[in-house]
Amino acid sequence: MKRLLFIAPLVLFLGIAGYLGFGLTRDSSILPSTLIDKPAPTFDLEALIPDGKGLKTDDLKGRVALVNVFASWCVPCRAEHPIWMRVATQEKIPIYGLNWKDKRSDAIAWLEELGDPYERIGFDPDHKGGVEWGVYGAPETYVIDRDGRVRFKYVGPVFSETLNETILPLVRKLQETP
Amino acid sequence: MTRHLLAAAFLTVVMGLTGPGLAVQPDEMLSDPAQEARARALSAEIRCLVCQNQSIDDSDASLARDLRLLVREQITAGKTDQGIRDFLVERYGAFVLLKPPVNASTWLLWFGPLIVFILGVIGLTMFFRNRAQSGAPAATARLNADEQARIARLLDDMEHGSESHESGDHGKGDKP
Repeated sequence: MKRLLFIAPLVLFLGIAGYLGFGLTRDSSILPSTLIDKPAPTFDLEALIPDGKGLKTDDLKGRVALVNVFASWCVPCRAEHPIWMRVATQEKIPIYGLNWKDKRSDAIAWLEELGDPYERIGFDPDHKGGVEWGVYGAPETYVIDRDGRVRFKYVGPVFSETLNETILPLVRKLQETP
Repeated sequence: MTRHLLAAAFLTVVMGLTGPGLAVQPDEMLSDPAQEARARALSAEIRCLVCQNQSIDDSDASLARDLRLLVREQITAGKTDQGIRDFLVERYGAFVLLKPPVNASTWLLWFGPLIVFILGVIGLTMFFRNRAQSGAPAATARLNADEQARIARLLDDMEHGSESHESGDHGKGDKP
């Protein structure tokens, strides 16, 4: 009993050190979304492109889809853009764009230069739609299931690895579940 | 009197608004000083999610500006402070509040230090109790006959001059 008491401080120390050490392995700049497994938030954004389609909550129902937050000023968005072009041509997944805190003319020029992978693009110059989604940077990517619920959020640029190992498998699984 | 009060109020507002390093831009401010003061106080509690350890009131990030405007918009619309906090927590999680709320997932954070303190006090109490218990019998034990005799000799020496001390022979009394 006495001996147990002597090792108690060591055990306590190792416990705290392990817990804090685990904390160091997590990237504190990535916030968990409060939306996971909840219905997509209520929002209604006008179309970015004058004769294009806008984006609102009801548009997300019916098909498994991706929502991608992007902006022309956002360098990582440019980096991940080829991925969305590839998904748009090779996969049967609609990608909806949320053009965040951008200038309309800049965003349109950006899409003309790089290509437009989006079925619909909501124009959100003043964070009115972004706040509903808990957006705090660009790019962000959400996976929405058929019932319009948010199932996954990815913060930062999506490259092949994240797409092939995380996003596409999840999308396939959601597409297969009736 | 009222003129003095007005001047004081004016100075308070002016000095309040021109404090050091303000991120709040003049065009963001509400015309009603009471509402603006509420907005400032509330903004100081809300974390800027881009710079994380600054409040939206301190931060120059453009997202912080959007959230400051949102706070002011909701205040103008008649929302309570708690209502605005809830609105943001619902969308960004409790992390958006610089002061974490007390709930099941933050009990360890709030009360952990207290628990460690209490454990420390319990540990110290046990330590000193143990020491007192093991030390006490020795301190109160009666001297045996030999020891009594030695003390008597020492006292005797002290009373009868101090030749032994002068000679430096401290061990004299020990000799049988």
